[in-house]
Amino acid sequence: MKPKIFFSYLLLGTIGVVALYPALWTILSSFRVGNSLFSDHFIPVEWTLDHYRDLFRARSTRQIPYANWYWNTLKVATFSMIIGTLIQLLTAYAFSRFRFKGRKQMLMMVLVLGMFPGFLSIMAVFIILNTLGLLDNTWALVLVYSAGAALGMFVAKGFFDTIPRSLEEAARMDGAGHMTIFIRIILPLSRPIITYISLTTFAGAWVDFIFARAILRTPENWTLAVGLWNLVDSYNSTEFTLFAAGCVLVAIPITALFMYTQRFLVDGLTAGASKG
Amino acid sequence: MKPNATVAGWLSVLCAGLGQWYNRQYAKAVMFLIIHVAGIYLALGPLLPQLKGLVTLGVKGQHFEKVGKINKLVPGDHSVFMMIYGVLAALVVVLFVLSYILNIRDAVVVGRRLEQGRYRDAASSSAFPWLLLAIPFLGVLFFTIMPIVFTSLIAFTNYASPNHIPPKNLVDWVGFATFDKLFNMNVWSSTFTGVLTWTIIWAILATVTCYFGGILVALLINQKGIKFKGFWRMLFIIPYAIPQFVSLLIMRNILNDKFGPLNSYFRAFGLNGLPWLNDPFWAKVSVIVVNMWIGIPVTMVLVMGILTTIPNDLYEAADVDGASPWMKFRNITMPYVLFATAPILITQFVGNINNFNVIYLLTGGAPATMKYNNAGETDLLVTWLYKLTLDFNQYNIAAAVAILIFLFIATFAIILFRRTRSFKEEDMIQ
Repeated sequence: MKPKIFFSYLLLGTIGVVALYPALWTILSSFRVGNSLFSDHFIPVEWTLDHYRDLFRARSTRQIPYANWYWNTLKVATFSMIIGTLIQLLTAYAFSRFRFKGRKQMLMMVLVLGMFPGFLSIMAVFIILNTLGLLDNTWALVLVYSAGAALGMFVAKGFFDTIPRSLEEAARMDGAGHMTIFIRIILPLSRPIITYISLTTFAGAWVDFIFARAILRTPENWTLAVGLWNLVDSYNSTEFTLFAAGCVLVAIPITALFMYTQRFLVDGLTAGASKG
Repeated sequence: MKPNATVAGWLSVLCAGLGQWYNRQYAKAVMFLIIHVAGIYLALGPLLPQLKGLVTLGVKGQHFEKVGKINKLVPGDHSVFMMIYGVLAALVVVLFVLSYILNIRDAVVVGRRLEQGRYRDAASSSAFPWLLLAIPFLGVLFFTIMPIVFTSLIAFTNYASPNHIPPKNLVDWVGFATFDKLFNMNVWSSTFTGVLTWTIIWAILATVTCYFGGILVALLINQKGIKFKGFWRMLFIIPYAIPQFVSLLIMRNILNDKFGPLNSYFRAFGLNGLPWLNDPFWAKVSVIVVNMWIGIPVTMVLVMGILTTIPNDLYEAADVDGASPWMKFRNITMPYVLFATAPILITQFVGNINNFNVIYLLTGGAPATMKYNNAGETDLLVTWLYKLTLDFNQYNIAAAVAILIFLFIATFAIILFRRTRSFKEEDMIQ
């Protein structure tokens, strides 16, 4: 082996260790006996599944309704995904296929507002939700995430732009209306981009911390992000192994989903990049 | 009667719908008339107190009133609710004014078409895209645009703890006093400039490290002679795939300077370890390094995609000319990658200015310092704003900071937009 290649493998290996270490350390910690952050051994001397069981057991001394958090997060993410994806696709279809007055101005507006991080106006959203009586309600999160979904439509628009118009024109000759064309022709051709959008909106809602912390007040209504943050913040390192177990249960499904669909993600990222 | 566009226009100025009636578009005329009447009725009736409220923001605070023999606490005006309802009312009025203008324009346009003896209605199936956009538009209007308007207004009030928190007290309009405070009053201005400086340094460092780190890793994997390229890529994507809040909270534990594993490895070698998150300098180093761990995979994936699009004959030609690997990298690879990723670089820079998660979840802005007002050493403008809002109730200062950030981002967005190829050339594809 040439020294250059050997050196490259060495570097790749090192980066690989750095990339994997935190995840491995957390998984191993979650099986360790005891509850402290500190440990002399990377690999646990004694293994236990207690912490996983503990997550779902009520105790009078603390409020860690982990099952509630999981259910809330799943609910918020699923509904945000369905509504958000639908809104994005419809908006993108309108902007990609129709030429109407004020279209360029609206596109400009979508871009500017899309770059504007929603949480800058968090206090206003907070007050609006308060007047609607929706504070401390997980549905408020679904509403907030879906309401802004249209602003992320550029990736889908870029994709729709590449679908040849002749397909639609042929369909129109056969007497298909706008909606039929969208459902029967555009959607079936858009599988990769639909997968990409659903995945990213699901993951976005699954991991959001900012709005969730601002809107949800009582521990039973928290999502995983708020709950786990609170676990670290208030119990510091005294409930560490429990926290690790909680992290493993959150991270493994979504990480597995990401790895499984990474081809779509990579395609989506690059498609979004070259189209701006 | 000979049709006349001017007459139609003036009739519509007089009363919405009249011009359309004159143009003999009766259904349209009735529609405009109804909107017009409803608008006047609403604006002068139920909306008027709301609009007044927007101007005064309430006149009577919560106070004691003598009811019979005992003093009773009487609720006063709630300035913030008055403001929200006022903004909503103003929005409705604006919509009516727009429809009024549309009505005049429509009368003139149709009138002109009639003068020239053309068909009355332009064939219009143009309603369909608006139908598609209606719901998304409402969502954006109420949860993005209105909050922005509302936030901008709050910056011009004294809505802040401890003296101006409704319903206990009233909030007043104060003009530019909040901005004046932010720039000129020492406790605020030193915090603002300090946090702003760190935000910019952070954004530049975070963007550059992730960008070049990603390019290097991608090139490393892509070298000739490296086996299992897919495996390496998969391995390095893992940090990106783990939800950010999980990995950041874990990192926070890893970097814990008393019990964290990192420092225990240092101690195993007889070293003291470092105060990773508790020392101003090391906390800044920590957030940048952790951010590299999270951010490099994204650039890596992008660059790997771009590398496959570089035509191979460029390299072959370079080989014929006897170019060294470094020359090939500098003159072929780098320009290609830079060109393709320039817009991404800008978005990532803006994204890092607003990188809330990395700072808030990792350090929470800590270490705390006496120098700053309600901010820590690693706080960015956005995390400072979040704390000002949620923890300290300094709404007006937070709103002023939000406006400044927004102006900055909007400038970048517009520059980017004008340069985006897809926008300039989108009609050429079809």
